[in-house]
Amino acid sequence: MKVGIVVFPGSNCDTDALHAVRLAGASGELLWHEEPDLHGSDVVILPGGFAYGDYLRAGVIARFSPIMRSVAAHAARGGLVLGICNGFQVLAEAGLLPGALLRNATLRFVHRWVTVRVERSDSPFTAGVPEGTLLRMPVAHGEGCYFAEPETLDALERDGRVLFRYLDNPNGSLRDIAGIRSAAGNVAGLMPHPERAAEPLLGSDDGLRLFRSLVESAGEALAAGARR
Amino acid sequence: MPDFRYAVAVMPKAGILDPPGRAVEQSLPHLEIGGIRDVRVGRRVELTVEAADEPAARAVVERLAHELLSNPLIETYAIEAIGGASSIRGAPAGSAGPAGGPA
Repeated sequence: MKVGIVVFPGSNCDTDALHAVRLAGASGELLWHEEPDLHGSDVVILPGGFAYGDYLRAGVIARFSPIMRSVAAHAARGGLVLGICNGFQVLAEAGLLPGALLRNATLRFVHRWVTVRVERSDSPFTAGVPEGTLLRMPVAHGEGCYFAEPETLDALERDGRVLFRYLDNPNGSLRDIAGIRSAAGNVAGLMPHPERAAEPLLGSDDGLRLFRSLVESAGEALAAGARR
Repeated sequence: MPDFRYAVAVMPKAGILDPPGRAVEQSLPHLEIGGIRDVRVGRRVELTVEAADEPAARAVVERLAHELLSNPLIETYAIEAIGGASSIRGAPAGSAGPAGGPA
């Protein structure tokens, strides 16, 4: 079971994500954005950072990178894709997740610990983390205010697609949404950084639970596929 | 093929929260300027398109405006054909004082 972590020019959380993947017991590889090859990755992570300097709009230029066609195809086949912070912005611009991430309502770049509630555990990204669990993770972003039209927000709530909700909304996100999943459930994005809460030394290892869920879910899916 | 020059103005959709616009409004008292409201902040992109004719050029800009320059969920855009290097002129960087003719 292998995790591929995409690196765009300006991504800066890729090695931390790789480290968290290894702590969770999987092997990982960094994937340069210009090469469409996912190198057999079973899970793809779009990490945090400032891809293309956030020029024009955060994530918009990155979403046209050659590798994103492969990521979209991987997602269409049911492959797992996780976007963290800038990665979430890329997925939203690419239309792999609904909505958009706007400039923080306070206009400040917010960089602090937040507490999010796990809203669903029937997801490969949160399997093994009971609903209602509170996770402490850092946020670090200037454009993290989640926006979608009311009908979309209602659909997300109704269909159980809100995965994480802020207890202490740092950026004005509508409905306090910190992370969501796609309709098919195999693509997810969140603004907080689980890879920065992967070891007690960092102040919290709550984030490691998400990497463990992801790795175990993907491993089970692979094994199930192999048994067929 | 001939060149066509365009400006694409991208603005937040009406009703979308616009923190930069609000920030500008909030700074106006510091400049002792009153009587200003509804500030919205957008972005403007100017580009030259090489195409067989104007409709073909405009079609390219429409596609670019819709797919890259704006996010249709939260922004609207307007395309304007402009002549010359820019419809907004100013002094070149480094020269003293404002210059340039009418916009």
